[in-house]
Amino acid sequence: MSRLDLSVTICGVLLKNPFVLASGILGTGAAILERVARSGAGAVTAKSYGPGPRAGYPNPTVLDWGSGLINAVGLPNPGVEVGVGELLETKERLRPLGVPLIASFFADTVKGYGEVARTIAQAGPDLLEINISCPNVEDEFGQPFAADPRAAAQVTLEVKRATSLPAIVKLSPNVADIKAIARAVEQAGADAISAINTLGPGMVIDIEAGRPILAHRVGGISGPAIRPIAVRCVYDICSAVSIPVIGIGGVLRGQDAVEMIMAGASAVGIGSAVYYRGPGVFKRLEVELSTYMEAHGYARLADFRGVALEG
Amino acid sequence: MDTPGWRISGGSPLRDRLPRVATVARVIPETSKVTTFVLDAAIKARPGQFLMVWLPGVNEKPFSIVCPDPLTITVANVGNFTAALHRLVPGERLWYRGALGRGFRLSGRDILLVAGGYGAAPLHFLALAARDSGMAVRVALGARAQEDLLFPGRFAGLGCRVWTCTEDGSFGESGLVTDLLQSLADQHRPGSVYACGPQAMLQAVAGICEARGIPYQVSMERYMRCGMGLCGSCAVAGRRVCRDGPVFSRLPPGS
Ligand SMILES: Cc1cc2nc3c(=O)[nH]c(=O)nc-3n(C[C@H](O)[C@H](O)[C@H](O)COP(=O)(O)OP(=O)(O)OC[C@H]3O[C@@H](n4cnc5c(N)ncnc54)[C@H](O)[C@@H]3O)c2cc1C
Ligand SMILES: Cc1cc2nc3c(=O)[nH]c(=O)nc-3n(C[C@H](O)[C@H](O)[C@H](O)COP(=O)(O)O)c2cc1C
Ligand code: FES
Repeated sequence: MSRLDLSVTICGVLLKNPFVLASGILGTGAAILERVARSGAGAVTAKSYGPGPRAGYPNPTVLDWGSGLINAVGLPNPGVEVGVGELLETKERLRPLGVPLIASFFADTVKGYGEVARTIAQAGPDLLEINISCPNVEDEFGQPFAADPRAAAQVTLEVKRATSLPAIVKLSPNVADIKAIARAVEQAGADAISAINTLGPGMVIDIEAGRPILAHRVGGISGPAIRPIAVRCVYDICSAVSIPVIGIGGVLRGQDAVEMIMAGASAVGIGSAVYYRGPGVFKRLEVELSTYMEAHGYARLADFRGVALEG
Repeated sequence: MDTPGWRISGGSPLRDRLPRVATVARVIPETSKVTTFVLDAAIKARPGQFLMVWLPGVNEKPFSIVCPDPLTITVANVGNFTAALHRLVPGERLWYRGALGRGFRLSGRDILLVAGGYGAAPLHFLALAARDSGMAVRVALGARAQEDLLFPGRFAGLGCRVWTCTEDGSFGESGLVTDLLQSLADQHRPGSVYACGPQAMLQAVAGICEARGIPYQVSMERYMRCGMGLCGSCAVAGRRVCRDGPVFSRLPPGS
């Protein structure tokens, strides 16, 4: 296996493998992010921080409905001022491991995105991820910024003006034309795109209680159920833009990661798989991906990246 | 079974882990603040595992399994959700997910259980299992006052030797349950110590056991959201209380 090279460079940042811990999964503090880094992740994303503290929604917030998960956690976070301290400590712990830190953030106005970006940049993360796609974050018209190419571009521009850090824009699958959104953020200066955030919103009703189980009633769908949609979104985005894409959504096995890379992804986000296979999933994904590459005579990810886009 | 839901066999029926409904069969007042709810359900579980109990329209919170069959929880009324639970009467329903988390591992021929407050709840299930495997079980129970002591009769009924202490000296020894642990540990040198209670108590238990080289396991509490190891809300020193715990064979450093 030694001749295999699983590394990838995104916006000048080197990942020793393509597996990135997705935002909102385990990323609540420095110690747990260090654990994920030590268990083999190529990069880790902290939870999304916003302009001020948010309690999140009451429970139930996350459920396994059989073919996937549904969640409405409501972006609980202590606010970006406290977040900077948490991210600084995280960066400190990750540095000796050579695992890059991605800082995710959101806001409720275009200007707010710029302000949060400026603050969060003080922590010196390797990359920023602009969360414009959380079903819980809406602009003044009640639409997530990710739903409108103009709003998505404005947010991107504002963040790029506020900081010199490379910025990933995280897109939502819940749009009519994801290519248009991708092109808009690329033109506005996005350095990379991650996709997808959760699908939906969806709803699960308990038929004994006769009411939705999630306290927020609706929530985003993740896990195995959304993988074909995630793969199609990544494929569409990669056919529309030339910036690197982090493919996220329903990746549980190394084979699923191969699918994402064939659709054009440079790296692969791992979220719900942490529930299905535990934090040890990163090592196992690496083995499964390596096994596939060996069997097919691929030495590097670039050997099969985007092959599904050709012809 | 440390990878829940990990199935790749085609054509298997979909198995969700959504809340299951159960009817309250019996309500047993234990102390002025603590009530036991016996449900008309039975589950497979290990001592130390817990349930996420859902009351529609109220909330969903973690509770230790006191007995798996009939499924039983014991609840201290400390806030909004537990007050709502306390209003349940026989015939009414609640919902639960679980059994969740990693429970106690039984080892040693004679063991000592140390309970502070409703910490007696998971230790009751442990005492049941220990009795079934023929272990000698000692129990140290502590509470503020006599009327707050939980389960002295139940543990005795299982054949455990029970020591009690109260902070105000109204019953048993006077002082903290960790004082009791200290003297019992020196007199009897148990094979293993199992503890559940407030964080400060667990810290003292860890100190006492480590100083004497006695293996111990503690059951910890943290605020929980998903209860399935995904959201990180319950993380302590990089470990997830809901999934890597709630039982730990040593206290996570810095917790
Ligand atoms: C694994 C596990 C097993 C448990 N087993 C049992 C059991 O068997 N029996 C039992 O009675 N209870 C048990 N609990 C505790 C139980 O879950 C809580 O008492 C319950 O959630 C309280 O909910 P509430 O809405 O009634 O109270 P809340 O309104 O949540 O308040 C309860 C108390 O906790 C404080 N509090 C609330 N939130 C926080 C927070 N985030 N951080 C710090 N303090 C806070 C409040 O100030 C208050 O003093 C267990 C907890 C865990 C994690
Ligand atoms: C419990 C939970 C919380 C999440 N929180 C966030 C978040 O705070 N910010 C964000 O950008 N995405 C969040 N997501 C979305 C994931 O990062 C990911 O995009 C999505 O779950 C799809 O990937 P998966 O199928 O691998 O889980 C969350 C997902 C879950 C399941
Ligand atoms: S409560 Fe979500 S990880 Fe433990």
